[in-house]
Amino acid sequence: MIGLLVAAPLLGAALLLLGGRRLDRVGHWLGLAASAASLVFALVLFTDLLGKDGEERSLHQHLFSWVPVADFRADVAFQLDQLSMTFVLLITSVGTLIHLYSVGYMEHDERRRRFFGYLNLFLAAMLLLVLADNYLLLYVGWEGVGLASYLLIGFWQHKPSAATAAKKAFVVNRVGDVGLSLAILLMFTTFGSFSFTHVFAGVDGASEATLTGIGLMLLLAACGKSAQVPLQSWLGDAMEGPTPVSALIHAATMVTAGVYLVTRSGVVFDAAPDAQTVVITVGAVTLLFGAIVGCAKDDIKKALAGSTMSQIGYMMLAAGLGPLGYVFAIMHLVTHGFFKAGLFLGAGSVMHGMNDEVDMRRYGGLRKHMPITFATFGLAYLAIIGFPYLSGFFSKDEIIYAGFAKGGNEGWLLGGVMLLGAALTAYYMTRIMLMTFFGEKRWQPDEAGHEPHPHESPLVMTVPMLILAVGSVAAGFVFDSGERFVKWLEPVTGLAHGDSPVSHGEVSIAATVVMLLGVGGAYLQYGRREVPAVAPAGRLLTRAARRDLLQDDFNHVAFVQTGNYLTRGLVYLDHKLVDGMVNGTAAAFGGLSGRLRRVQNGFARSYAVSMFGGTALLVAATLLMRAV
Amino acid sequence: MSFPLLTATAAVPAIGAVATAAVPAARRTGAKWLALAFSLVTVGFAAAVLLRFDTGSGADRFQLTESHSWIEDFGVRYELGVDGIGATMIALTAVLVPFLIGAGWNDADPVEGEPQATRRWRPTQGFFALILMVEAMVVLSFAATDVFLFYLFFEAMLIPMYFLIGGFGDRAGEQGEEGQARQRSYAAVKFLLYNLVGGLVMLAAVIGLYAQTADQLDAGTFSLQAILEARASGDLDFSTGVERWLFLGFFFAFAIKAPLWPLHTWLPNAMGEATAPVAVLITAIVDKVGTFAMLRFCLGLFPEASDWATPVILVLSLVSILYGALVALGQRDMKRLIAYASISHFGFIVLGVFAMTSQGQGGATLYMINHGIATAALLLVAGFLIARRGSRLIGDYGGVQKTAPVLAGTFLVGGLATLSLPGTGPFVSEFLVLVGTFSRHQAVGIIACTGIVLAALYVLVLYQRTMTGPVRAGLEKLPDLRVRELAVVTPLIGLLLFLGVYPKPLTEIVNPAVEHTLSDVHQTDPEPQIDVSEVEAAE
Amino acid sequence: MNPENYLYLAALLFTLGACGVLLRRNAIVVFMCIELMLNAANLLLVTFSRMHGNLEGQIMAFFVMVVAAAEVVVGLAIIVMVYRSRHSASVDDASLMKL
Repeated sequence: MIGLLVAAPLLGAALLLLGGRRLDRVGHWLGLAASAASLVFALVLFTDLLGKDGEERSLHQHLFSWVPVADFRADVAFQLDQLSMTFVLLITSVGTLIHLYSVGYMEHDERRRRFFGYLNLFLAAMLLLVLADNYLLLYVGWEGVGLASYLLIGFWQHKPSAATAAKKAFVVNRVGDVGLSLAILLMFTTFGSFSFTHVFAGVDGASEATLTGIGLMLLLAACGKSAQVPLQSWLGDAMEGPTPVSALIHAATMVTAGVYLVTRSGVVFDAAPDAQTVVITVGAVTLLFGAIVGCAKDDIKKALAGSTMSQIGYMMLAAGLGPLGYVFAIMHLVTHGFFKAGLFLGAGSVMHGMNDEVDMRRYGGLRKHMPITFATFGLAYLAIIGFPYLSGFFSKDEIIYAGFAKGGNEGWLLGGVMLLGAALTAYYMTRIMLMTFFGEKRWQPDEAGHEPHPHESPLVMTVPMLILAVGSVAAGFVFDSGERFVKWLEPVTGLAHGDSPVSHGEVSIAATVVMLLGVGGAYLQYGRREVPAVAPAGRLLTRAARRDLLQDDFNHVAFVQTGNYLTRGLVYLDHKLVDGMVNGTAAAFGGLSGRLRRVQNGFARSYAVSMFGGTALLVAATLLMRAV
Repeated sequence: MSFPLLTATAAVPAIGAVATAAVPAARRTGAKWLALAFSLVTVGFAAAVLLRFDTGSGADRFQLTESHSWIEDFGVRYELGVDGIGATMIALTAVLVPFLIGAGWNDADPVEGEPQATRRWRPTQGFFALILMVEAMVVLSFAATDVFLFYLFFEAMLIPMYFLIGGFGDRAGEQGEEGQARQRSYAAVKFLLYNLVGGLVMLAAVIGLYAQTADQLDAGTFSLQAILEARASGDLDFSTGVERWLFLGFFFAFAIKAPLWPLHTWLPNAMGEATAPVAVLITAIVDKVGTFAMLRFCLGLFPEASDWATPVILVLSLVSILYGALVALGQRDMKRLIAYASISHFGFIVLGVFAMTSQGQGGATLYMINHGIATAALLLVAGFLIARRGSRLIGDYGGVQKTAPVLAGTFLVGGLATLSLPGTGPFVSEFLVLVGTFSRHQAVGIIACTGIVLAALYVLVLYQRTMTGPVRAGLEKLPDLRVRELAVVTPLIGLLLFLGVYPKPLTEIVNPAVEHTLSDVHQTDPEPQIDVSEVEAAE
Repeated sequence: MNPENYLYLAALLFTLGACGVLLRRNAIVVFMCIELMLNAANLLLVTFSRMHGNLEGQIMAFFVMVVAAAEVVVGLAIIVMVYRSRHSASVDDASLMKL
């Protein structure tokens, strides 16, 4: 049954990618069906799990032995517990909605069949990632989603920018993958195994240094996949992909895989406090980094990408807090999955109506033209900024509270950072909202002279948006009432409460206040005044933030240029030195034989001389030997 | 006496070569089909070798053995036999050759409008006959358990290879017909000289080995099994110095063949100038004899010296991995890029061999197979592309996926396999090599891991420059893959995926052989620090 | 008479012949000098045969004579042919392996 979850979309992908043109007309429905089938299986399994007691909610399925070499035993085996189940439900439900949305969004693309093939491939890989019962199989899913992400970012390959962005995403992710490889290698040398059960059982006996090493390597992997500092640079460029892709992969599911990895490896991190500190630091830095970048971008998708980065920073931070935060990291992950997918689908809907324009300075006043998009986007907006009793309010406040509960100065610092982040979130989201849907219209004809005619999107696109909007509004409340979510996940992740210097209520009030401050700030800047259609020069920080805080420039100088010089230098050396030595030897022999050749001049008498000389030498040598 | 299966496996392509060469000039197509038929029969025999191979725990190390006296005065015998590694390598060779023949179907057709003077020459027949000849020699070198016999085939395969590289190349090109011919003959001579030098050094070592056995045993022998037994029982005992010199003699030859940095420069030339199928023949099949021989002869005959040389060899293979990948990044010529990528991969294979762990050596063996298939897939598709446009330069392409999506798709899959994406065969082998290396030499393992990133870079840069972006002028009418080309590429890709998902049949055959090799070098796998074996495996 | 003197004579003849081969250009003269060297060798063989009191040296001398005769036949024929085609019998002119 668990196998079927993965098999359905995998089969769909195989059919769609190998089926050829004759599937062009039904391809998208086939893709949707595969995804929906997966969702149905997930729901069946979910009810199955619900029927069991808390501690026993875990299913296993051993398919076959994958790579057995001596002590190295890698199996293809699945493990479905509450944590995986949460992810499976999120992936299949949001995935199916976005499949549906894509039917409309990609309607005019001649390669739509392939798009759905890639989407199905992504679903299969992502499900494999969260269902694997050992790290090596997880790695397969991990790279599988990377591949799907590569294919989908570069879906419009004829655009050089898309191809470059896709390559960048894959390569940066590969840097993270080195971390995952090394973590698995370390596990194998330490425990002789890399299945979850064995590793977690062996943690008690391992030295802290080893565990810190494993933890840091896992974190590196998580940074790559979840776009955390210092491997965050690919996410902004990844927005080159079609918008449904940004919604599914680069907002709701794949980018949260890093949080899954850290939470899943909680046992390791709990035993390695140094690694946890680094996780927290990475989360906190990214949280602010993403928020600042999000404040400065004029491209609606890139602003949302900054926001994604920042929200995952929250989750990462929470996951770094250990049992204090695991549950809330996952809870925020799920709610974020709903409202961020909703936001991206809304952005896609806007672009759909605006001739694929992404510059928010060219929007304005769209609420009249796209009422449904406006409503769903607005609800998701309220959810993400943490408007009281919408889902972001519950999940984010819990994380902020967990930060304070860390205790001591650290607790205050973390709580403060997260509150600042909350203010920034409110600011940039309000900015997006105001620039897009309010104010005067600022759109202009494009180069070809086509004036955009903003219009509401078709039903296949708005229905998923409406469903996600409902999720954004209600999920938090449903999860929080009676602590349902906490009780559900607690057996897997554990739960601690810590002693917080502030109460839950105080945190909520503080969060609401900073949220209102952020909203107010944005309103003063973008609501009261007219938004200029051309971006003003801005101050130093703004300009830096527009350039992703110079991350790309740093990478360019530090890695790309150095790499280029190194490569060119090595090519030169290979040609001149390594090959040169060989060719030099050849030339030396050639020269020598050129000299020796002169001896063979064809004059019989000179040969005779050498014969006589040689004989004389031999005779002399013989006599000499005799004499000695 | 049982049926001499190994001899038959080599004899079929050898007979095929003679038969193909004898086809009259006018019957070109017939010659092609004949060659294909013989290569397919060889696949059947190779499959029989795999099936007859006993992987049970009590099975002999060398199976399907044949032994006949040949040059009695010098103890040379015609001795064949395979362990798991040899059997799988023979299977790889046999499986790949039909694809090469299919891919090179039109590569050796006489150029239209060629002057009458050359009409009596039969290039097509020669091309396929030479390929089959190489196959026969390679199979025999994988099967030979007599050191002298091995040496004989190891060297003899240079002859057909020389003609394949020097005699057939891509049509035309930017330097024109004559410049191309000059480049080609340079590459062929370089290939030959490099390998002859290696062979010569090895010959000295082979003679040295014989002198040692003649000195210490009743009669001199070249038989691998006899030497291994004598060494195990203590009858044969090399002094430290002698063993090291002999080891170096053998290793030098294999390191040129493999090729290991800094003895690699012949490979890019040879692979660049040869047609794609011949380039695959070089890197996927012939070069594997080098790494295979390291496992069988260097480790088996000279365990102490292998141990002594390991640090240096590990460093050399690390250099190969990183250097090959970096230089590949800087190439402008597709085939040379793939050649340098192969150098990087050979670094991984040698690393696995000398990691002296069962994962490392098992991984290295799988790596040889997977690299063979992956490179074949990538390079053959690249060859199809080059044949369409008549240029090997990456800069001459762009936007191919728009006009020829299937070609681009297969190219991408081949590339992804080359960068060891999980789910394809090379991932399994690369990871095993890394595990094997890391569990004994942590630092080396960590550095080798960075090769993963570089591999992604060179493959994706190649793909981006050739396949994506706007369609380049002159490529608008580029035809997609034809049926013949699809028939060549699809099974290879299928094989890659199969070996990535279910490599168990192979590992089962390879594992016992690896255990024997490890016991030759008196090594055991390092134990994990913490024993978690009591923990019940999850149900 | 002391047989050693024959040895000196043989050495002298051989040296003369060798000098002739090295210094003269005319093929006929070179050829005759070679004959001289051969006969010097013959003389040595016969002398030693006499000194050691057995016949082997003399038998060998006969062999040499037969071979020398055969050589003359072939050698002179070549020289004649070369002279015909080049109108010169100088050995230095024939420095290439073709006409």
